[in-house]
Amino acid sequence: MRRSTTSIPIRKMLSATVGATVLTGLLSIVAEPAFAKDTVKIGFIGPLTGGNSAIGLGGRNSADLAVRLRNADTAAKYNYDLVGLDDECKPNVAVQAATKMAADRDIIAAVTHYCSAAAIAAIDIYHKFGLPIVVWGAVLPDITYRNQYAEVHRVNGMMINQNETNTELVSKLGYKTFAVIHDTTDYGKGHNQYFSQALAGKGGKIVGTFGVTADQQDFTAELTQIKALNPEVIYFAGLTPLAVRIRAQMDKLGVRAVFDGTSGIVSDAYIQGLGPLAEGTLAFLEGAPNAKLPGGKFFMEKYAAQKYEGPPETYGAFAYAGMDLVLNTIEKVGPDRRKVIDDMAHVKDRDSIVGKITFDDHGQNTVAVVTRYVVQDGKFVEWDDSEYASGKRKLPGQK
Amino acid sequence: MDPGLLAQYVMNGLMLGMMYALVAVGFTLFFGVLDVIQFSHGDVLTVGAFVALATYIGLRSAGISSSPILLLAMLVVAIGAIATLGLLIARYLVLPLRAAPALNTLLITLTLGTVLRESVRLFYPQGADPKSFPALLPTSSINLGQFNLRLDNVIMLAAGAAVIVGLQLLLNRTKLGLAIRAVAQDEETARTMGINFTAIVLFTFALGSALAAFAGIMNGLYYNEINFGTGLLLGVIGFSAAIVGGLGSIYGAILGGFLFAGLQTIGAVALPFAGAYKDVFAFAVVIALMAWRPTGLIREKISERV
Repeated sequence: MRRSTTSIPIRKMLSATVGATVLTGLLSIVAEPAFAKDTVKIGFIGPLTGGNSAIGLGGRNSADLAVRLRNADTAAKYNYDLVGLDDECKPNVAVQAATKMAADRDIIAAVTHYCSAAAIAAIDIYHKFGLPIVVWGAVLPDITYRNQYAEVHRVNGMMINQNETNTELVSKLGYKTFAVIHDTTDYGKGHNQYFSQALAGKGGKIVGTFGVTADQQDFTAELTQIKALNPEVIYFAGLTPLAVRIRAQMDKLGVRAVFDGTSGIVSDAYIQGLGPLAEGTLAFLEGAPNAKLPGGKFFMEKYAAQKYEGPPETYGAFAYAGMDLVLNTIEKVGPDRRKVIDDMAHVKDRDSIVGKITFDDHGQNTVAVVTRYVVQDGKFVEWDDSEYASGKRKLPGQK
Repeated sequence: MDPGLLAQYVMNGLMLGMMYALVAVGFTLFFGVLDVIQFSHGDVLTVGAFVALATYIGLRSAGISSSPILLLAMLVVAIGAIATLGLLIARYLVLPLRAAPALNTLLITLTLGTVLRESVRLFYPQGADPKSFPALLPTSSINLGQFNLRLDNVIMLAAGAAVIVGLQLLLNRTKLGLAIRAVAQDEETARTMGINFTAIVLFTFALGSALAAFAGIMNGLYYNEINFGTGLLLGVIGFSAAIVGGLGSIYGAILGGFLFAGLQTIGAVALPFAGAYKDVFAFAVVIALMAWRPTGLIREKISERV
């Protein structure tokens, strides 16, 4: 055995360092309760820029609200840090954002996506990296039903129910001829498919179907053709920016038909962009309006108290509920992705502000209620409460 | 096909063509005078439309409600502001880069376009949402069968035509126009003859941008709606129209603009499948045209002496 050649002063320094480290370690273990809680990172992805940013920011603020309320709760085991990313409502950007979030092993779970086109592109990434996510606004059924991904869950409803309710209402009102304008993303194509299927059994006739790009500016060609076909209802499957343009150009060309939209147009931006032209627009949304949700009053009060720059918009409540569910799960099983995924496979009748959440074998929550809306005097009013239902006002061509 | 329906398509095509032509003329002016592609032209149009909207909102809240006054004020303010913007772009971004490869100027104007677009989205209140643009022209219309002839469309077409004719007169009948054409033809000789090169370039950029502002207001009045992405596709189409018509020739730009609008309308009507492919059809035809006539349909009559 060779004698150590380290000189004596250095050996003394080494042992002093080791001793100090051990002492600090012991002290920190003993002193832990007095120090801050561990920080756990959770994520949020939504359209924070672009034409749908109002809804994306509303969702982000709502998720942020859930995190803030949890951090203010002294009984919580962890301190939460929300990481927000922008998917720009574009599939390619969504994939980048999803990869960035999923590759960061510190992010335990995330509440993601309002745009269906973005969500359907990103779910493969979440599955590949094993990041548990809860969708808060995208309605395309394929997101949860195309694959059996244990990582993917959804708290909001799907477009199938929406279109069922839609066709029921318009058929009841006596409309027989329809023209369909849909955007060419998975969202618009999905709605077109389900609407056509739902209408087929009710005797309505689709006189023409027109696909438009998601950023199209000019619709005079499509609307001129529609004018020649003379339908009673124009069904629009797409998001608010396009809806505003189509409705405005309908008026310019003198197309007098009922404008029947999906959940994508239920937003303040639609009303503000059109002013009086928005009157008499039909729209449908999964879930009850915020005021009628079980936790609606609580949510609205707490949201207003934080003084965010914009309203929670249509899906804010779902973003809050999704984030709250994620936080509850992390509190229960700890900041571990695998454990969170395993626990979320057994979500049954969990309380939330949007009602009881139960995930089926594909991670889909059943949202039984679909609310029917009509725009009246610059606001989305529930159909049953509106003057259109009572007969005081009439939609174009309503008998 | 019903003649009324055909007439409606023709009208749609004419309106679109007018707007594309105005944007294309701008591109052609910039290229003719300085050999630069000003890629932020479409977004300058968007800024013009938003300035006009802001002017309208300001004046309305001040109590003015007369449509002609509002429209005149919007035109004056927007054209003035955007002409200044064009001037600044020329002075600080384009002229300093003259010695660099043309690609650099293209890049810098391309990124400027993104800056302008995102600035509108970020700094205009709720800039991300589509905005309702007021209908300030008389909205009376005559129904000729399937064709709804609107007075405001007719006025806009006439105004657009007047602007283009005015531009032609300016370029061909005035000393200023002569100076612009001289600079476009040969910078060195023009300087030797005593023409203030910088002043002419700045004026041309201001002029082209003013045209964009006018087109932006027309766009707003036609669709009754503007949004921060309005100029993006308009810029690309205007640029393609200018190229296919013959970059450097005003007539070429006008021809290109109306040609593109015609192709889009034909594509939307005649294609059996979704009208979403009308842009694909139109651009495909443009590519074919450029393969056939690479320097554009109306060739520049100037040849470069080496």
